Amino acid sequence: MPNNDGVMIGLEIHTQLTALKSKLFCSCSSDYRGSAPNTFTCPTCLGLPGAMPVINKKAIEFATRLALALKCDINERFFFFRKNYYYPDLPRGFQITMYNKAGGKAFADGGIVPIRIKDKVKEIKLNRIHLEEDPGRLVHEGSISKSPYTRVDYNRSGTTLIEIVSEPDMSSPEEAREFLKQLLAIIQYTGICDTNLEGAFRVDANISVKGYERSEVKNINSIKEVESALAYEEKRQKLAIKEGRELIQETRHWDGQKTIGLRNKEFEADYKYFPEQDLVPIEIDKSYIEKVEKELPEMPKERKERYQKKYQLSEFDSEVLVLDKTIADFFEEGIKSEKTFGPQEYKLYCNWLMNDISGWLNDNNKRINETNLKPKQVVELIRSIKEGKITGKIAKTFVGEMMKGTAISEIIKKSGKEAISDITVLEDICKQVIEENPKIVEDCRKKPKAKQGLVGKVMAKTKGQADPKITREILDKLLKELGIN
Amino acid sequence: MKTFKLMGHEIIEKIKEREIKIEEIIQLYLERIEKTDKLLHSYTHLSKESALEKARSFDRALNEGKSIGKLYGSPLSIKGCICVKDSPTTCGSKILEGYRPPYNATVLERLVEKEGAICIGRTNMDEFAMGGSTENSCYGPTKNPWDLECVPGGSSGGSGACIAAGQSIFALGSDTGGSVRSPAAYCGIVGLKPTYGRVSRYGLVSYANSLEQIGPMARCVRDCALLLEIMAGYDELDSTTVNEKVDAYTESLNNSIENKVLGVPKEFFGEGINNEVKDSVNKSIDILQGLGAKTIEVSFPHLEYTIPTYYLIAMSEASSNLARFDGLRYGKMSENLTGDVFEVFSRTRGEKFGAEVRRRIMLGSYALSAGYYDMFYIKALKVRTLIKNDFQEAYKKCDAIVCPTMPTTAFKIGELVDDPLQMYMMDVLTCPVNLAGLTALSIPCGFDGNGLPIGFQIIGNYFDEKGILNIGYLLEQELQIYKKIAPLNEGN
Repeated sequence: MPNNDGVMIGLEIHTQLTALKSKLFCSCSSDYRGSAPNTFTCPTCLGLPGAMPVINKKAIEFATRLALALKCDINERFFFFRKNYYYPDLPRGFQITMYNKAGGKAFADGGIVPIRIKDKVKEIKLNRIHLEEDPGRLVHEGSISKSPYTRVDYNRSGTTLIEIVSEPDMSSPEEAREFLKQLLAIIQYTGICDTNLEGAFRVDANISVKGYERSEVKNINSIKEVESALAYEEKRQKLAIKEGRELIQETRHWDGQKTIGLRNKEFEADYKYFPEQDLVPIEIDKSYIEKVEKELPEMPKERKERYQKKYQLSEFDSEVLVLDKTIADFFEEGIKSEKTFGPQEYKLYCNWLMNDISGWLNDNNKRINETNLKPKQVVELIRSIKEGKITGKIAKTFVGEMMKGTAISEIIKKSGKEAISDITVLEDICKQVIEENPKIVEDCRKKPKAKQGLVGKVMAKTKGQADPKITREILDKLLKELGIN
Repeated sequence: MKTFKLMGHEIIEKIKEREIKIEEIIQLYLERIEKTDKLLHSYTHLSKESALEKARSFDRALNEGKSIGKLYGSPLSIKGCICVKDSPTTCGSKILEGYRPPYNATVLERLVEKEGAICIGRTNMDEFAMGGSTENSCYGPTKNPWDLECVPGGSSGGSGACIAAGQSIFALGSDTGGSVRSPAAYCGIVGLKPTYGRVSRYGLVSYANSLEQIGPMARCVRDCALLLEIMAGYDELDSTTVNEKVDAYTESLNNSIENKVLGVPKEFFGEGINNEVKDSVNKSIDILQGLGAKTIEVSFPHLEYTIPTYYLIAMSEASSNLARFDGLRYGKMSENLTGDVFEVFSRTRGEKFGAEVRRRIMLGSYALSAGYYDMFYIKALKVRTLIKNDFQEAYKKCDAIVCPTMPTTAFKIGELVDDPLQMYMMDVLTCPVNLAGLTALSIPCGFDGNGLPIGFQIIGNYFDEKGILNIGYLLEQELQIYKKIAPLNEGN
């Protein structure tokens, strides 16, 4: 396998400001998902002759929030540009966007997203962020090849995008993945975008082997797919270099398996950028920025530090926990509801969320707030284990039922899997196990660790219902009687 | 009673006093149009039924003592590029055939919905306002009411002609490089180009959006002032409108201009300006001096760059503004739908746009292209700033600038069709105003030997519509030629 040293990756992320009530340049609702086609439109977002754009001030506030969260330098004065190209989903024949050439400025320049790679922190630099409008959508019934028509739905037309352009600072697909994870977490924390909504973020990934031409893989919809597409491209480019084939600067499409070169006109198009005169230049002064900064919600980094300090979670645990704001919110609601909990339970709570619950969510492709699981239930679960009502092992089998919102006591009753903590019952079983396994007993004379083997046998006999703590105590006692310490 | 000889504000008085019914007024103008428009072709669409219906409902409302707004049902004719809800708004172009916008331009909301004007029809224009003669219309040319062989000016030629011929009381035009003032001058009426940002452009189909404004056209200064008073002012739908107080224009027409300083730019009286035009304008300047105004000479060293600067900017913007017309969402597509979307789109545009529009789109696209952008567009913007500065220098010394509106009087239909550059030169005295974003008024000041009207232009500083209307009004009262109506062979 070729190594990753010589790869340069830069990403362009388009994120929709889904928290905005109205579109970027008109008062139509931007909550278009699931609505009947072409019902969320007006003369402005349909590009009707004579209609004019008016800036949504809230969009400026949201962009300011993101720029602050990403530590960008916000420009004091900027104006919008027209990017001229023809496509049926673009009703004006140009997109209103920002441009940092031809006398224009981005919304904000620079910025930093720290990522952790192999336990080392690396800072990925950003080039700029800017605001622009999203076009409408082409709709094909069934599939593109089978649909007799191409229909256009302009509900999305004019909704707000922020484009985030990174420097080519990432040197592997894994770094790109980590970068996106951290970036999306920050976006989610700013409260400007629900990154989990379909189409709420789209990535164009640029990758090149140092010294060679780059390719741009357009319009990828998930972190996983970005990583796979980049891994594929890295392999493809390195193979081409090895075989002496020429690499050209090109746009490629990721189909889920491989990237395909697009010899489209658009790539070579001349967008004829020039200032949009229907909008006046926008000025952002220091006091405005300060005001937005004051209202800026807690960011993942601050939250992580708080978790380390207040809940004594490890740096690693805190970092993973805060990555998904809904999970972190869930955690906090849960542990705050139980006054008797301390650092040990916090850690348990965190583990349950990060391992079994997240695992279930991944397998079922759901988000925690889409299930009926309540923070209280996890509290109850941890308490039940602590009180010896169930074993940790059995508890793991409860996850599916818990997600339906069923109370832990209910699940325990239904399953008939209360932990066996009755000493007389357990002592009989332990005695049987010792008799049946003379070899393990002999091993225990040499190394005390072998005792765990006997615990396992007890667990097997009781189908996991034996309380492990009491079992261990009884086994210790019985072995001692046999002269084994 | 030949009511169409009255001014707008006089008719409004008569309606107010219930001397005449609104329905009669509308009927009278519709009849006048019926009789004369075969000759003139000012109108592309009439809304007879809805206008009469509206008139009747206004009459009923007045009988019931209800208020119907300041314009009292007076007829208003609207250029084909200003959106009127459910009314054909076709910009003189085949590509917009059948298009009826689902919304009103802001000026319509103010003049019609709020103040009770009645839209009687849509006026002819150069396709997408590109032209100065109203010959570039898919509906055919409009004629000059003073000489049917001559052009009415343009691009708002239909609006100019309909007012001059007594086919309406009020009209709206749009002025990108002189398109209100040129027909005002050629047709012997009053037309005003407001300061950029004074009147909302929401609902005006863009040709060159950094240059244009909707302007009122009428027989006299007072009528224009009345319309402007209603139209002007901040509009939340147009961010380029300025939140600056709107003066009561009709109340400050009679102010004295004693000691006002009028700048006379020598370059505006130079080569290429017809002598009869110069003489007539100079006579009017003398009259103004007689009223107490002073004159000084001002200079416009960059005037010679005006035409290339104006056309570079206008065409660049036009190439982008007109990109949306593909027949897909509105208007008409090519009959031939073979090929992919790009082919059908290109074919539609090739078939439906006229020659002048295609020329300007191509030149504009070229000027904005990578590698040429700095050389053309950016340079044009720089020269635009120089021209603005020339005006600002002048306004340090004077209150208003006076000069001819057009270099000549109306020319013959077809005379300049094959010479676009000569046609472009006709804008030389009007388009500096658009480049600088200033306001200007054109009023009739005389006639040439052939009986064709001559326009007098008063250019005001930013938001000084009040000042130029005042000067225009006093001159108009002295000249007393505004009451003349164009002689038509028939139906007078």
